[in-house]
Amino acid sequence: MVTSLLKKDRGGFSVLGAVWIFVLLLIAGNAFFQDGSAFYVGSNTITLFGKYLCYALLAVSLDLIWGYLGILSLGHAAFFGLGGYVMGMYLMRQIGARGVYGNPELPDFMVFLNWHELPWYWYGVNHFWFAAIMILLVPGALAFIFGFFAFRSRVGGVYLSIITQSLTFALALAFFRNETGFGGNNGLTDFKDILGFSLASDTTRDVLLFLSALALTFGYLLCRYLMRSRLGKVTIAIRDAESRTRFMGYRVEYFKLAIFTVAAMLAGIAGALYVPQVGIINPGEFNPINSIEIVIWVAVGGRASLYGAIVGAILVNYAKTVFTGIFPDGWLYALGLIFVLVTLFLPKGIVGIIGMIRAKRAERKALAEADAGRQAAAEAEPAAAAEASPKEA
Amino acid sequence: MKSTAKMFCAALLVLLGFLLPQAAAAMTPDEALAVLGDRSSSFEQKKEAFDVIGDSKENWSQLLIESAQKGELFFDKKKHDVYAKVGDNYFKVKGGEAFSGKSRDLKRVSVNNSIRESLHLILAMRTLSDQSIPEDRRIESAHALIGNVSQEDASKLQLLRDLYITTDPDLSEMLTYVIASADLNDEDPKIRNGAMHILSGFRSPLLLQKLGDIAEHDADVSNRVYAEKQAAGLRSSQSFYSGLETVYFGISLGSVLVLAAIGLTITFGVMGVINMAHGELMMIGAYTVYVIQQCMPSYPGLALIISIPAAFCVSGLTGIIIERTVIQHLYGRPLETLLATFGISLLLQQLVRSIFTALNRNVVIPDFMSGAIKINEFFSVTYNRLYIILFCLAVFFTLRWILQHSRLGLEVRSVSQNRAMARNMGVRSGRVNALTFGLGSGIAGLAGVALSQLTNVGPNLGQNYIVDSFLVVVFGGAGNIWGTMVGGMVLGVANKVLEPMAGAMLAKIFILVGVIIFIQKRPRGLFPQHGRSVEG
Amino acid sequence: MVKISKLAVAALLSTVLGSSAALAAEDTIKIGVLHSLSGTMAISETSLKDTLLMLVDEQNKKGGVLGKKIEAVVVDPASNWPLFAEKARELIQKDKVAAIFGCWTSVSRKSVLPVVEELNGILFYPVQYEGEESSKNVFYTGAAPNQQAIPAVDYLLKQGVKRWALVGTDYVYPRTANKVLEAYLKSKGFTDKDIMISYTPFGHSDWQSIVSEIKKFGGAGEKTAVISTINGDANVPFYKELANQGVSAKDIPVIAFSVGEEELAGIDTKPLVGHLAAWNYFESVDSELNDEFIEKWHKFVKDEKRVTNDPMEATFIGFNMWVKAVEKAGTTDYSAVQDALIGISVPNLSGGIATMMPNHHITKPVLIGEIQDDGQFEIVDQTKGTVVGDAWSDYLPGSKDLISDWRKPLSCGNFNVVTGKCGGASK
Repeated sequence: MVTSLLKKDRGGFSVLGAVWIFVLLLIAGNAFFQDGSAFYVGSNTITLFGKYLCYALLAVSLDLIWGYLGILSLGHAAFFGLGGYVMGMYLMRQIGARGVYGNPELPDFMVFLNWHELPWYWYGVNHFWFAAIMILLVPGALAFIFGFFAFRSRVGGVYLSIITQSLTFALALAFFRNETGFGGNNGLTDFKDILGFSLASDTTRDVLLFLSALALTFGYLLCRYLMRSRLGKVTIAIRDAESRTRFMGYRVEYFKLAIFTVAAMLAGIAGALYVPQVGIINPGEFNPINSIEIVIWVAVGGRASLYGAIVGAILVNYAKTVFTGIFPDGWLYALGLIFVLVTLFLPKGIVGIIGMIRAKRAERKALAEADAGRQAAAEAEPAAAAEASPKEA
Repeated sequence: MKSTAKMFCAALLVLLGFLLPQAAAAMTPDEALAVLGDRSSSFEQKKEAFDVIGDSKENWSQLLIESAQKGELFFDKKKHDVYAKVGDNYFKVKGGEAFSGKSRDLKRVSVNNSIRESLHLILAMRTLSDQSIPEDRRIESAHALIGNVSQEDASKLQLLRDLYITTDPDLSEMLTYVIASADLNDEDPKIRNGAMHILSGFRSPLLLQKLGDIAEHDADVSNRVYAEKQAAGLRSSQSFYSGLETVYFGISLGSVLVLAAIGLTITFGVMGVINMAHGELMMIGAYTVYVIQQCMPSYPGLALIISIPAAFCVSGLTGIIIERTVIQHLYGRPLETLLATFGISLLLQQLVRSIFTALNRNVVIPDFMSGAIKINEFFSVTYNRLYIILFCLAVFFTLRWILQHSRLGLEVRSVSQNRAMARNMGVRSGRVNALTFGLGSGIAGLAGVALSQLTNVGPNLGQNYIVDSFLVVVFGGAGNIWGTMVGGMVLGVANKVLEPMAGAMLAKIFILVGVIIFIQKRPRGLFPQHGRSVEG
Repeated sequence: MVKISKLAVAALLSTVLGSSAALAAEDTIKIGVLHSLSGTMAISETSLKDTLLMLVDEQNKKGGVLGKKIEAVVVDPASNWPLFAEKARELIQKDKVAAIFGCWTSVSRKSVLPVVEELNGILFYPVQYEGEESSKNVFYTGAAPNQQAIPAVDYLLKQGVKRWALVGTDYVYPRTANKVLEAYLKSKGFTDKDIMISYTPFGHSDWQSIVSEIKKFGGAGEKTAVISTINGDANVPFYKELANQGVSAKDIPVIAFSVGEEELAGIDTKPLVGHLAAWNYFESVDSELNDEFIEKWHKFVKDEKRVTNDPMEATFIGFNMWVKAVEKAGTTDYSAVQDALIGISVPNLSGGIATMMPNHHITKPVLIGEIQDDGQFEIVDQTKGTVVGDAWSDYLPGSKDLISDWRKPLSCGNFNVVTGKCGGASK
């Protein structure tokens, strides 16, 4: 099935292929070479790339609802953040008595706030399987409830965009409150290990990077599969002409709800993988600006192609990493300019360049073919005439 | 008349002697002056010195006390003489010679809060007993004494009250209150009772507190009952006024939201441009105020007024440039305007950081913007908020007039409703777009002028308001300026009503969730816009 | 298509691998500067970056350290907390810096903490903070609560304050400071009735209701003071509202722990004269070293109006301590410098001496200043001598039994004196 999915998808195949080659090279460089060797890859590069891949998955999930469903969510980071928080809670509970206050039950920030027992919503997250289910369930449930009401009332367009933004902003404020029980502004940090493996070990990092690549591949293929199915066709129909689709008898809101929920779950997975690699989750992830940035990755990469989202997320974040290091005082100029120029000159994003080249080539080819055809026709004409003439004759 | 004056002086002497008991006889005014001229004096010593001087009859004492209170009292580091600053010059307090040395040698006579407080009381007493000062200023001084005088002092104030009873009846009445406020602590329950009766028409939080004490602890039952009754009356009056205050706070927050959002209603609601740079256009407006104030440092008020049109022009022009260079290529692709304008907002922020540094800039609040109108002890209306409410209304109605009655307004509406048709009718849609965007941006600049009076003028100014402004526009119904007005006011008042109950954090969360739920009920906001352009 | 993607891979590979493999040139000693130059915290942190560049410049004129020039590697973590961790890792692993000077907010420090601990790096943290932390790898040159909050309250007690409004932003520093203060005030006989606590979101800009509440709270006849732990940006609208509603220092003084000269530079301070702040340094401090520092600073930033503030002094102290420790250790090796740092003494800007204690906190004088109309502070009170920073507060139930001592053989950041055990995190 995988091969059949990728067969007609040269763009996706190349992008994912490149990601995998890169990931394997990095892991090899980190695992088999020592510091000092020309092929050595430091753990900073590993976690950095792991972070890009999580962002890429997040971007793919946004592309699913924006590119194919036409819903511009300005609050997609909410689902990412929730997934991250669930993972953070699991990792927090894994610290056990190794916190600064040495309390085996309560995370440090709760000891500090004089809490005496774990709040109910922290129950169960110390089991990995439970946390893993919650990583899907919490963002999924929020998306389902939010989507259920919003799509049923036919909230659309910019109205939907702005209320998704309000949603993530409200979450940011709620998680920021110390009383809410998620560590306030400091969030959750100082994690020690995951499933018994130390987060500070290079092997764990390599594995996490590998898993991120796997999750990205899975997410990509799932989205692609969905979009190639009948569901996907209806989805695109909704995007292009919602009313018409509704009049044809489709319950538009259910399709929207399904896609929206799937996208939220994918974002949750991305968040969950992101947290152990960057080592902290805090309410800043819910900041509305973060959600806008996701939209920008997708737009820069190229909307409605899925692999464009991957390209956009990786390139924009890579640019950010490089620029903040090279010219710390002026990197916002570079980034801002890129956004403006991409919108003006690359309406289909970076992967659109390939489309443009291909279109040009096709055009040239068509021209050439037409020329050749004409020539052939011209050459064939006398012969044909000659052929025909005897019959006529 | 003459005898009155004599009696007055006598009363004054006794009075001052009692009211300033700390003034130990140990120090003469000249010694006190020497203390102030010595940099090694402690605050306690200086306080004593001020009390001595305040108590004295020296002709320079008033100048010294007044200068000290304004922070304009200096001393010569070398010669230890004390100087008062008058205008840009320094004059020796005792003697009046102008200062001739190096200005580096002059150092301010430092005071702390407790000295400032005692200076304030000294001045209040001096003012009170100086008949040449207008009555309203003396009443003000008397007012400051309510609850702050001991019974002993109060008995002396009675002399003063009797003196003023024919000449300044209002002041005399105020003094009656002052005395009564001291009598609340009297040993005799009857006097306490009498004091409560005198103060029954008087509203103040301080009095409420005292009455509460009496109602709980007084030995006399009838006093307790009476105090409770009075306190209950005051409490209900207090809660009424604090309700009023909440509404006022809500409306003023609402007008800030409306100002921030109304420009966006035009660019976003009417033109369909998701303008993420809107906040930065406000920021530019606020910086315009700063720059103009820098150009004319002595007239901050005038500078503020000049910056209203200036900010409109600067932000408006920036808007037109943005429209001509970027946005005009993006009509019909509203979501891509988000991307481009987000890029522009990053550029503008960083530009401001490069020019003005990342630090906040100091925008001076002119005198007419500060202070408050005191309606009563429980409720006052702050000037700056009042002006901002008025400013918001002015901007709103001007904008409404432009949209409804000017040619530009007509063209704007036609282009927003049906671009193709409008062009067919001869509307130059390019020009209209640029002007409309400029108008929206200019109004953002005006919002920046208002914000410069309330909050930080720094590179992040815009970011802090962008979520709120979009929320207001959507809540009110995109493209409808009435909707923005009503939406902003509703959100502002709701926020302020919730805040005392739930705290600032939860109030904000409730508002956001409330809007999300509201949009489910009315998916196109309070005042939905009808027309072709709103579809899709 | 295939060709293009291959090319892209090759290009990417060469950049990433090339950069990570590039070895640091060995003729300079690098230090990392990890302060936000964009985003919300740029307002405060930019000056610290400038301070460090000035200090490095100056040290290089004196011949650098260990005979090598110092090179400052400046990165921008953009007020994004996870990015702090990422950049810290990059600084240590890629740039091989000998020490990192950086962070401002607590969350940024918490984010960097696991990274420096894992890689055994060195971080100098120059801002007053909530305490309750002691890491082998972090050196705290800002104030702990006992070096700022407690002396401030003592001062107000002397002034006869009877009612207390604790107003702060809802994050960890105000929470801790307020908890410590609440416990301290209760130990002085105050009850819940005398204390009002209010928290607000980050960047809160509409203070009307809270100021009005403070006025009501303070209008009850007894001397009231506000203890403000309001964070950075929200201060300006807070003070503006105070001025508008006519709350003067005479009636209800506000003492702040996060408002310094730099914050005041953005406000018209005339209506604020007499409000207070507690710090370990003010620009108005009268000392020769301070005059010299201010002069150099103005020359370096080419702006006569730029002010200096407490975190800048803490940066100054931290940098000088590091230089001295490196020279003492004779190497920039992390462990050696960590050991050498304990006990190092350098002059502070207020005319005294700062010493690095075994708990990685330093000794500081505590100054109380009143705001003047020129945006400076007039020092109205100061502790006799210096105060040693406490990593663990004596007033919090969870931490009163903990001590920190990084000297061998104890080498423990959270040693419990009751159980005699070194608690989890650090070994």
